[in-house]
Amino acid sequence: MANIMYWEAIQRAHDEEMARDPMVICMGEDIGVAGGTYKATKGLYEKYGPLRVMDTPISEGGFTGLGIGASFLGVRPIIEIMSVNFAWLAMDQMFNSAAKVRYMSGGQLTAPCVFRSAGGAAHQLGAQHSARMEKVFMGIAGLRVVTASNPKQAYGLLKSAIRCDDPVFINEHELMYNMKGEVPDGEYFHPLEGSDIARAGTDVTLLGYNISVHWCLKAAEILDKQYGISAEVVDLYSLSPLDRAGIKKSVSKTHRAVIAEEDEAPVGVGSEVIAIINEECFFELDAAPVRVHSALVPQPYNHTLEKAAIPDHEDVVKAVLKLFGKA
Amino acid sequence: MKIDDKKRVLREMVLHRRFEERCYQAYIERKIGGFLHLYPGQEACCNGVMEAARPGHDYVITGYRDHVHAIKCGADPKEVMAELYGKETGSSKGRGGSMHIFDAAHHFMGGYALVGGPFPLAAGIAKAIQLKGGDEIAICFLGDAANNQGVFHETLNMAALWKLPVLFVCENNLYGIGTSIERSTAVVHQHKRVAAYNIPADECDGQDIDIVYEHARKAVDHVRSGNGPFFLELMTYRYRGHSMSDARSYRSREEEEVWKQRDPILMLRDRLITAGALTMAEFEALEKETDAYIENEVIKFAEESPEPRVEELEKYVFADRETQLPWLTGKAA
Repeated sequence: MANIMYWEAIQRAHDEEMARDPMVICMGEDIGVAGGTYKATKGLYEKYGPLRVMDTPISEGGFTGLGIGASFLGVRPIIEIMSVNFAWLAMDQMFNSAAKVRYMSGGQLTAPCVFRSAGGAAHQLGAQHSARMEKVFMGIAGLRVVTASNPKQAYGLLKSAIRCDDPVFINEHELMYNMKGEVPDGEYFHPLEGSDIARAGTDVTLLGYNISVHWCLKAAEILDKQYGISAEVVDLYSLSPLDRAGIKKSVSKTHRAVIAEEDEAPVGVGSEVIAIINEECFFELDAAPVRVHSALVPQPYNHTLEKAAIPDHEDVVKAVLKLFGKA
Repeated sequence: MKIDDKKRVLREMVLHRRFEERCYQAYIERKIGGFLHLYPGQEACCNGVMEAARPGHDYVITGYRDHVHAIKCGADPKEVMAELYGKETGSSKGRGGSMHIFDAAHHFMGGYALVGGPFPLAAGIAKAIQLKGGDEIAICFLGDAANNQGVFHETLNMAALWKLPVLFVCENNLYGIGTSIERSTAVVHQHKRVAAYNIPADECDGQDIDIVYEHARKAVDHVRSGNGPFFLELMTYRYRGHSMSDARSYRSREEEEVWKQRDPILMLRDRLITAGALTMAEFEALEKETDAYIENEVIKFAEESPEPRVEELEKYVFADRETQLPWLTGKAA
């Protein structure tokens, strides 16, 4: 096991897959000569050259469509959209071309692309550089959506996404690239479907993904130490499809659920998870499930307002205490 | 083109025309649903370019007016018609419809229904060719209106920057849905717009197949020789409306008649008759023969083919699950 940073895990997955298969390429803004905004493609340009590590113009719709078109012929592009806020410009190609081509061609063409993009509120980046948009991607037929909460997942999910014949959107978070964690020394493929139990517990299920897994883990610690509540943390690394069986199993055991997301609430991961709970295990519930989420505002620049817009572990603790009638 | 080739192309163009006219009829009879965009009037464009290229070898991609391009690449007209009927035997198994004909085996990479959407896909196909080192080229057929999308410019920039083997064919039929080019586009002659990207471009009459062929040959040679992209604009006209719901209220019948005087099929027919290579009787027989083929084989096949099974509604959304299990479950060998 190596203890490496999140960005290093992503870089390693790129490097291994590009070394293995000459049809694996990567493309995006500043990913080559400049080494990548978050260093996720560091050193690849020097190793694989400009034909396979493509510094693109700032044309998200264009280069995303170009990567998708190449994938029709068996190229496996890893397409980095520098910030998920820019992905709106690429969504026509992602949704109308990549996600639908297999279906509308009756299985003749497939788009084995990986889209990687960083989102989330970082530090006062304002309304147009702070979006969380996973909810937009998870409603699209034909597109898989995964998101890693730690370096091991970041490495293993990218490896699997590159090999998978379906288009996969990987949601990353700007604040997580320097997070450290254990990654297996040998090749490792993380499943693209399912969920992980990040912490076992018995009294309440805390469901999170990406950065909110860490709020849930921190909340679980506080709940255990200060309130004697045993929380189970479920890591929903696959947002599409969501792990119905895993959600049902944990909530049926604990009978209570809190869903934490950095995205805004309307039509979000929380809405969808609660719908699944209703469909799968409504009569196992001892209390109505609760959502923890961001305020529905364009992200404010001001530091205090920004903090007020985004939830954290304290909001998860409060939600749990409310569930238990302790708040 | 040699005389024999011209005679073959005339046959094909008659098939293309009659196929489309038969689609019109089937649509009126409600056998075909959705949107239907027909090609009559523009036949010399697709045929002239593809005669200069290698159908089935070169990769072709286009918009929603796609039946003829698919057939020219090698798609079976029976399967194209079955697709319009929404049948399981259709080229896209009844899942695509008129705007989404595909025939990957013949390198017809599909019809797409977002105006301009195929531009970057075509460049991507060219990128794949470049990586693999093949001698194919990518050919992107789109209308003039597509050039007002942002991806047009984004794609031209990247194609020129990376010297991608892609030929952009602009079938300038003077209307974007129901708005004339003068009313939507500051520059009517589209080839002038690509000069900004240092992409060589050419414009010619799109009604005369001999002219299209001569210009296309130079364009194809340029791209296939590794010189990067080329842009060929063909001035043409669609006889019918944008789609079936279009009553053509935005243009005059007189204007349409002027264009019909220069019909691509009749011009080629008359040229062959003048050269002594064809008689009017032979041409009339060809039309009858074509209609009989369409009726007795193409329509019959579409009519008699089975519907897709409702149990297979979700088939083709994702790759076949069994083949993907190592990545879905993480249990890679």
